Amino acid sequence: MALLQTTDTSALGAQGLQGNGALSRWASQHAAILILGLLLVILPAAAGEFILVQVVGWSLILGMIALSLMFLAGYGGMVSLAQMTVAGVAGYMIAVFGTSSLPAISLFWPWWVAAPIAIAIAVAFGTLAGALSARTEGIYTIMITLALASAFFYLTLQNWPIFNGFNGFTTIPAPHFLGVNWKAPVPLYYMILFFAALSYAAVVYISRTPFGLALQGVRDNPRRMEAIGYNVTAHRIAAYAFAALIAAIGGILLVWQNNQISPFSVGVNVVINILIIAVIGGLSHPIGPFIGAIIYVILRTFALDSLVAVGLDGRRFQTLIGLGFLVIVLFSPDGVIGLWRRWSARALSSRSSNNR
Amino acid sequence: MATTYSDEEIKGVKRGDALGRWIGRHPIAALVIAVVVIFALWLVLAPWPAGFENIFGKKWLFVNALFNGITLGGLYFLVASGFTLIFGLMRYVNLAHGSLYLFGGYMGYEATQWTGSWLFSFVVAFACCAVVGVAMQVLIFRRMEGEDLRQTMVTLGLSIIFSDLMVWVWGGDAIQIDTPDQLLGPMPTPIIVSVKSSGEVVFLQYARVRLVIFAAAVLIGVGMWLALHRTRIGVMIRAGVDDRDMLSVLGYRVQLLFVVVFAFGAGLAGMAGIVGGTFQSISLGEDSNFLLASLVVVIVGGLGSIPGAALGALIIGLSEQFGVVYFQNYSTVLAFVIMVIVLAIRPQGLLGRG
Repeated sequence: MALLQTTDTSALGAQGLQGNGALSRWASQHAAILILGLLLVILPAAAGEFILVQVVGWSLILGMIALSLMFLAGYGGMVSLAQMTVAGVAGYMIAVFGTSSLPAISLFWPWWVAAPIAIAIAVAFGTLAGALSARTEGIYTIMITLALASAFFYLTLQNWPIFNGFNGFTTIPAPHFLGVNWKAPVPLYYMILFFAALSYAAVVYISRTPFGLALQGVRDNPRRMEAIGYNVTAHRIAAYAFAALIAAIGGILLVWQNNQISPFSVGVNVVINILIIAVIGGLSHPIGPFIGAIIYVILRTFALDSLVAVGLDGRRFQTLIGLGFLVIVLFSPDGVIGLWRRWSARALSSRSSNNR
Repeated sequence: MATTYSDEEIKGVKRGDALGRWIGRHPIAALVIAVVVIFALWLVLAPWPAGFENIFGKKWLFVNALFNGITLGGLYFLVASGFTLIFGLMRYVNLAHGSLYLFGGYMGYEATQWTGSWLFSFVVAFACCAVVGVAMQVLIFRRMEGEDLRQTMVTLGLSIIFSDLMVWVWGGDAIQIDTPDQLLGPMPTPIIVSVKSSGEVVFLQYARVRLVIFAAAVLIGVGMWLALHRTRIGVMIRAGVDDRDMLSVLGYRVQLLFVVVFAFGAGLAGMAGIVGGTFQSISLGEDSNFLLASLVVVIVGGLGSIPGAALGALIIGLSEQFGVVYFQNYSTVLAFVIMVIVLAIRPQGLLGRG
């Protein structure tokens, strides 16, 4: 704990230093992220509508929802499968309080009332789910959150007065404000990018705050943290609340991007896909879920054609995803990030041995 | 922990006294329980007065839901007991358990198609699923001993692959396994449904196959309990549940035990697949349905406990069937509501140790 804190304050101190040396060091340390961010910002100049919204936009949203899972699993040691459900609650609530094609249910409140209410309800739900599972650990958390997620799926499937049962909601447009039509592809893309970057930065920041460090302590040794005087359960529930906030924003964006929500948006498969995305990308760094999401979306979008192209049955897409997941879990517990780190460490060591 | 067995054995001997002492200590609770039991017996056995039927609906609806719930609970027990046994000993949640259920159902279906023997198909399903279970345990889980979270994730990956492969082979259509002729049709029971105005008493007729299967599930449950508490391998399993490192240090072959238990749990799931295929039908998606049912059953009953699995299976089976009759729109949600209440009050489950 003490070690973590000292290394961290020195890192923060280095960032806080004024002057070119520190700045350039910071830039070179984060070069990959900065270049990636720049590429994403100028992407609309090069890419068409489909790539922009259906591939990159969707990846960023799935990445956000998986990021909330990564935050819980990577820093808190709690593998919660209810994060897609939290996103689904927010998505349903924006359809109920805001605009949809169902005047019988939707209240048609303006977005600046509907969106905060939807987020508040989703965060309350996520926190409650967290409170239920925070007293348990490890695999129990997976089981309980999976059961909660499927409970919500069945509720939406069977409830008609609020969730409109099997059909769900359609025609839920992103709003007009500040003179911009956020439904249009490029503004929608920038809105998604903004919130994805914001939640990424928030997770990076929180992980270095005293709360984030205490949470990592809880992950590594809850009993010792309890003995030092930290309230373990409260830290866990607070982590659930923060993760729920990210997931809720992701859920609203998902509904605006998809223009619809139905029980099958929150089904058991989707819930599990979020875990797969986070694990494939890697649970040790917040960039992992986004990497996992882009891999998943590319596979999902192009697997059918590419499988057929190499002479296989395109319908075996799920087997491909499952095998990829299995290989990652078996051989690289840290996901793609772990592979990258190992590869770059090897490259670095071979370069230094060459120099010598 | 090592004294647990002897404690249990002592409790077993003195159970009669313990009940008397418990009643002496909690007279009001005992009275309430007695009244509830008598009322429940009256509900089931006696014909309902007309006023009562006006409020709660026809009695045959109630009794049918009761029987459906109990027999469904038997099926859930078959699936969940293997699941909970595997967890209890090996400490990972086998998320591919539903796939084993579905695979057993399909293999049983193929076996009945080829041989025409319903009973033989149970042997086939048990053997096939046990072989898959042994392969999983030996080839994969042994490589990541002690990393329970990773093992659970692997089972998740396997379940995705299995379900896609099964869709490939058997397609998406529902398959029904034929009930054998001897078990076809209804069976009279001594339970009065109603009394006609002519004074003629109508008794409940209930599907013979479901009653037979329920009896088999009870037999398997009792057999498992006896095997766990009266045999050498049972003692080893219980000791492994308590402290598998210690068992291993003492020179017992824990890895062999893991393989045996995984094979048995997987085989039970496979047999349950045939039961499910005969009761209802098996199709794409049933794997995750039964995985979730097992999850809820063991969360309610207590993870790792066989009596807990039985109690949980009964509660969830009954709640689903009564839900269908009395709260049509929320029949499936009811089971989850029960789960959440149990979690809030007793996180380790009703019969879980904690």
